[in-house]
Amino acid sequence: MADNAVEPIIRLTDIRKVYRTGDIDSQVLGGISLDIFPGEYVCIMGPSGCGKSTLLNVLGCLDQPTTGDYFLGGQNVAHLNDDELSSARNRNLGFIFQSYNLIQQLTVVENIAVPLYYGGKTDREMRQISEKLACQVGLDHRLNHRPNQLSGGQQQRVAIARALSNSPLVILADEATGNLDSKSGKEILDLFDDLNQQGKTLVFVTHDERMVERCTRVVRLRDGLLDRDEPGARSVARPKVAA
Amino acid sequence: MRTVTLGLKSLWLHKLRSFLTALGVVFGVASVVAMLAIGEGASHEAQEQIRKLGSLNIILESVKPPENQSASTEQRSMVIEYGLTTRDMQQIRQTIPGISIVVPSRYITEVIWNFDRKADGQVMGVLPVYPEMRNRVVTQGRFFSDLDLTAHRAVCVLTASTAARLFPLSTPTGKAVRVRNFYYTVVGVIEDETRAVGTDTSPSSGGESQAQILIPFTTLMDQFGETFFRYRTGGFEAEKVEFHEAIIRVGNADEVESRAEAIRHLLGTNHKKEDWRIIVPVELLKQAERTKQIFSIVLGSIAAISLLVGGIGIMNIMLASVTERTREIGIRRAMGARQGDIVVQFLIETVLLSGAGGLIGVALGLAIPIAVSHFAGVTTVVKAWAPTLAFSISVITGIAFGIYPARRAARMNPVEALRHE
Ligand SMILES: Nc1ncnc2c1ncn2[C@@H]1O[C@H](COP(=O)(O)OP(=O)(O)OP(=O)(O)O)[C@@H](O)[C@H]1O
Ligand SMILES: [Mg+2]
Repeated sequence: MADNAVEPIIRLTDIRKVYRTGDIDSQVLGGISLDIFPGEYVCIMGPSGCGKSTLLNVLGCLDQPTTGDYFLGGQNVAHLNDDELSSARNRNLGFIFQSYNLIQQLTVVENIAVPLYYGGKTDREMRQISEKLACQVGLDHRLNHRPNQLSGGQQQRVAIARALSNSPLVILADEATGNLDSKSGKEILDLFDDLNQQGKTLVFVTHDERMVERCTRVVRLRDGLLDRDEPGARSVARPKVAA
Repeated sequence: MRTVTLGLKSLWLHKLRSFLTALGVVFGVASVVAMLAIGEGASHEAQEQIRKLGSLNIILESVKPPENQSASTEQRSMVIEYGLTTRDMQQIRQTIPGISIVVPSRYITEVIWNFDRKADGQVMGVLPVYPEMRNRVVTQGRFFSDLDLTAHRAVCVLTASTAARLFPLSTPTGKAVRVRNFYYTVVGVIEDETRAVGTDTSPSSGGESQAQILIPFTTLMDQFGETFFRYRTGGFEAEKVEFHEAIIRVGNADEVESRAEAIRHLLGTNHKKEDWRIIVPVELLKQAERTKQIFSIVLGSIAAISLLVGGIGIMNIMLASVTERTREIGIRRAMGARQGDIVVQFLIETVLLSGAGGLIGVALGLAIPIAVSHFAGVTTVVKAWAPTLAFSISVITGIAFGIYPARRAARMNPVEALRHE
């Protein structure tokens, strides 16, 4: 990759994940190799049970692959210990979940600040950054509300702001629009478009066909293997990948 | 610090639950502090009383032997002779080494008069060293002197309560009191006698504060002789007692117990009847200390058990809380919390709980002894180490019983924690 202009943010090489239940091994990921570059908006799709969430957990450093290497921002994270993984998550990744996963006893601002808290930011920085992000996702009038006082769409906005707070390399989402009605789902999708336009790298697992129209790349899985890897509707010229 | 505020928030979210959880520790700590204070007070009081008797002293008392039933019905007026004798005193002086002084005294039960004011009480014939021997302080005037003794003077010293009863409005010194038809000039006032716990069957006790006047031993012998008559229902009864009490001072503190043993032996061979009694303050003191030790052990066990119960309560609630907050743990882990961060978060919550419980418990435990000594008139002594210890133990309990739930929270697989409903 000597003359390569752009380094991939994520490089998976032959990732396998085997779950062992009792005496039976079941291979959920059967050797996935994948490069993801800065600024890409990747949708991971595929039938239920094909291993999308498992792959996303590996990408999110929440789970370790059984074999294979995973370079995240140039660092091989496949063999890190638990504390190192935690810090890798904190520095490099933002998470958005289907069920929002906000902490109920914290306010909007406090929820957004959780990654900053573990990133060792001061109270002032936490407040500044999270208030700014709350405004950016359109929640400037809900700063001190609790999650249960917000609509689903608003909660997901908080989750998005939280995923952005650490300025991560990649934002990962699993069915981010799965719990939302079509209107608020569309608003969230618009927000994602904005983020991608600002240069954020997004890797989303989804069933939502609307996302295909907005993303730059669609990765389809089948039975734990890469089935198809094709450009999305808004695909730009793919950077050249070294062999 | 931020983690502390975070912990406070989580606890505040479940105010009632947190309060009830801490309650176990509150009562544990409160009972420990209160019981220690009351126990310390009781033993303090006992030790003070014993110390007053003098740690170098051995006190001998004459005890009226149990009445022989047949003898008293046959002869209603007989002279009962018992108690310590001159021979005892001489033998103690001569055969027991290391004894510096022997101070005998005699009591007569009589009515003491100041004109028309009277008090039932005792006339004690004692030696001038008596106040020093018994650690009794002369509060007014003086005690009688060797000169008073050798001259057989009719002087007396009143105890404080007797003085208050006979001379409620004036100072007694210089005035005279009457016993039978003898008059004694009051030369001083001495504090009341304190009796060690467990020794209050002596002839000097009986009423709450029996009146007492002290006169020179020689004067008493002159005026009342050796035999003492007392009117009883159905006839006169006479007692002949040479000495009612003798205080023996041992020169060396280490020898007190062995000398006491020797005196026991001596009196045992001299007396056929059980008409004497020996009080060794040092022995009583040691006994009191042993009792206190046992008391402390019992208290310690109760403390341990109550704090154990409190700790189990905390652990139980924290385990429930960990399960309930599995999702939160998963979220925090995904956001970059290390296992250590989660452990600290939950540990701080338990320590806050147990620490707050401990503080309230200490406050309650300090309030109870104050209330007890106020309403029940019992002395309580709060040693500074007791609340400190109880509080530290409550915090340690929090850590000990919080570490397991906290580790369990931290060890959860983040993926599974996030999936948890
Ligand atoms: N902890 C586990 N232990 C054993 N098997 C597991 C475990 N987690 C997932 N699997 C299995 O791995 C396979 C893939 O699961 P995964 O959650 O990745 O599917 P998915 O593609 O996300 O499906 P869906 O679209 O329904 O969310 C499934 O067959 C599942 O049973
Ligand atoms: Mg899934």
